[in-house]
Amino acid sequence: MTKLRQACTYTAGLLVHPDHDIAFLLSSSRREFLRSAAGLTLGSALLRSPLARAAKISTKKKVVVVTFGGGARDQETFAPEGEENIPGMMREMLPRASFFTQVVNRGILGHYVATASLATGVYETINNFAALPPANPTVFEYYRKDLKRPSSDAWVVAPSNGFNRIGESNHRSYGEGMGARVILPKYLLKAAMSGGGADYDHLLRDNYENPYYTPELGNREFELQQLEMILKLSADDFRSHAKTLSSPDELSLYIVRQLIRQVAPSFLWITMHDIDVAHAGAYSLYIEGIRRTDRLCAELWRVLETEPEYSGKTTLLVLPDFGRDADEDAGGNGFQHHRTGDAAARTTWLMVIGPDVREGVIYDRAVESTDLVPTLGAMLGFSASFAQGRPISELV
Amino acid sequence: MLPPELKSETFRAYSPEVRKLAVENIPAFRRLPLSFLPSLLRELIEYDYKFPAERVALRAELASLGSLSNGEVDEVFRGFSEIKLSPQLEGSDWVNSPAQFVEQLSAHLWTTHQLDAFRIAATKYGDHLSALVRPEPPPIPRLGISVIGQGVVSFDGSLFRKLRPHGTFFSRIKPENGLSLLLEAVAARAKSHPVPYGHWYIDGGEPASHDSTLTCISYSALEPTRTALLARIHSEIERPGMGPEGLRSIMAQLRPSDLGKQATVDEVLQRFQLKLLTEGSGTQIFSTTFAQWAAREALRRAQPLTLLVRFAPRQRQKAMNELLSANSNQPELDVMGSLIDAEMGAYYNWLDQQRLSGAEKSCFLVWFENHQSVLAIGPSIPRQTESGSEADLARLLEWLV
Repeated sequence: MTKLRQACTYTAGLLVHPDHDIAFLLSSSRREFLRSAAGLTLGSALLRSPLARAAKISTKKKVVVVTFGGGARDQETFAPEGEENIPGMMREMLPRASFFTQVVNRGILGHYVATASLATGVYETINNFAALPPANPTVFEYYRKDLKRPSSDAWVVAPSNGFNRIGESNHRSYGEGMGARVILPKYLLKAAMSGGGADYDHLLRDNYENPYYTPELGNREFELQQLEMILKLSADDFRSHAKTLSSPDELSLYIVRQLIRQVAPSFLWITMHDIDVAHAGAYSLYIEGIRRTDRLCAELWRVLETEPEYSGKTTLLVLPDFGRDADEDAGGNGFQHHRTGDAAARTTWLMVIGPDVREGVIYDRAVESTDLVPTLGAMLGFSASFAQGRPISELV
Repeated sequence: MLPPELKSETFRAYSPEVRKLAVENIPAFRRLPLSFLPSLLRELIEYDYKFPAERVALRAELASLGSLSNGEVDEVFRGFSEIKLSPQLEGSDWVNSPAQFVEQLSAHLWTTHQLDAFRIAATKYGDHLSALVRPEPPPIPRLGISVIGQGVVSFDGSLFRKLRPHGTFFSRIKPENGLSLLLEAVAARAKSHPVPYGHWYIDGGEPASHDSTLTCISYSALEPTRTALLARIHSEIERPGMGPEGLRSIMAQLRPSDLGKQATVDEVLQRFQLKLLTEGSGTQIFSTTFAQWAAREALRRAQPLTLLVRFAPRQRQKAMNELLSANSNQPELDVMGSLIDAEMGAYYNWLDQQRLSGAEKSCFLVWFENHQSVLAIGPSIPRQTESGSEADLARLLEWLV
């Protein structure tokens, strides 16, 4: 991110608006697009729903959170020219969702640390490229400790080795044994393929920001045990199925389906990562990543609607961890990175679907990434006592 | 060390010309906050490898800093002065390793949530500098040319969607000898307005025959360097304790000789090419990324009068199932994906050109190679318009420039 020189001598004069104005413009255009394209209602025009307010916290309630590690910009998604890339979200999900047009991430714009911030409700400052636990309690720890849930009830499916510590913090009041169980599908695959001799290093690439570096993890036996004992998959079956899939995020969704059928956890957190191929600078691959992610989100929603354990009692929350640099910011290189810290890189959206959620409503007031955990706490009935954010009132 | 402690001996490791410049400006440097000065030194220490336009801009900036009164320094740099630095940063060797300092400063700003404050300070300084140091207008209007879609037989979609609002779409341009005509026009500009590093030809593949007056770089010519760089990266990441930040620092310090390059008469260009590979993301793998990033950096740094960028097909990104099967190591090309990449790349080429002086008179042309589709932008060209006029590319350039 060494952008001082560009910011000083190259961006000069191009930044007409203060960033908060740009953030507002971003959310306004997103809102206007959604109102016209999807016929959604502006949330501020509605009274609070007595149904939503009266909804009781049920122990049968389930929550699934999907984050995109690798934000997608409005112009490639929720904008007239980007609509074609997200047919699943536009047609299947949005009409049934509450949509927040302005989710601001004021933290570090690296995918692991941003996901950790989403999961703790605190802007974490841990090393983005090291396999370290978050410093503050995670949402999984709050959930399990407060509600006395077993470890089998909270799961994370995450894209890369660096995420293996995302499930629980090293906070002294929580920490070891209180968090979520974490599955790294690519690592499972590596374990299953061990000795196979195939050239799949590229597939196992840990992240697109630093494509040459992969933190090493634990033992292969544990991964194979996860496959066989929990997901009820033999290494052979898993390997065979993996060969029919086109991307790591498809592999993640395959694992999620298995998890839903075999374990049916009440709290499931999935982080997708295909979009982040944008760091390689090939626009067509970035667009492919968006289209695939859109398809996978719609598929996941269909699974949640049809699986008996989930149907009618599951709330799905979808949000990118942050955005990407604007074309107009000379300090960046457009879609390729998220290094400038400008409004486009910091501002994204949140889509929520579920039985207690208003359908087809847009909210354009600003909320923060750190509001997610307190909101989940209010939905599920636990106290996120160390989180910095506040519950999103329209959802609780 | 802090800036007020700077002395002439502090710069003894700098090259002679750079040391002279630094010593002349010590009084100005001493007044600057540490959150700012190393970024200036990072540019200065590379002075010997800067393009002429960069040297002019840097000297003008130094002169501007020297002319400020103490009160003006306080005002212009207040935002930087309010940035809180760590003792580690203050104690680092920022004079001799300013690039490493800036890297560490970047991480510090993110983790201490001071990035936004820094951004505001940088923007304020940039505005101040722009007001004081007006860049010279170019001697002739700049001309940017992007050639996209090499190898694509047909394309049914709509091209140039982002650029159309700014110019005219020509649907019946004769494609015959198109690349030759464009290169001849670029060479003619180079001959009529000979400026060092003023006229560039960047090719994402094998360069076509071109006039020697052009500054030319190509993806294919850099293949040995790319291969050596990737080998170096792989050997570095095998070392115990190596992480992404360490790797990045090592890459930033690489010199051409580290990758087996012999010294050439044009060390400025050689260093520029190396930086495209060591500082660019994806430039080592995808030719479309290389072409776009090379154009961006050439525009930002050399500020050319003429720039022709020809995108070539990049290697295809293999899907997961193909990687698992590992049937073939032979890279295949993705011509259609490369067209989409290049279309966006052309848009970025235009945006980057418009950031330079004389933007109101600049001209830009993007051609779908070996096809009839061209989009032209310039002060004499109507916006958001379509034209069925028949012409060859040489004629179209006459209309444009």
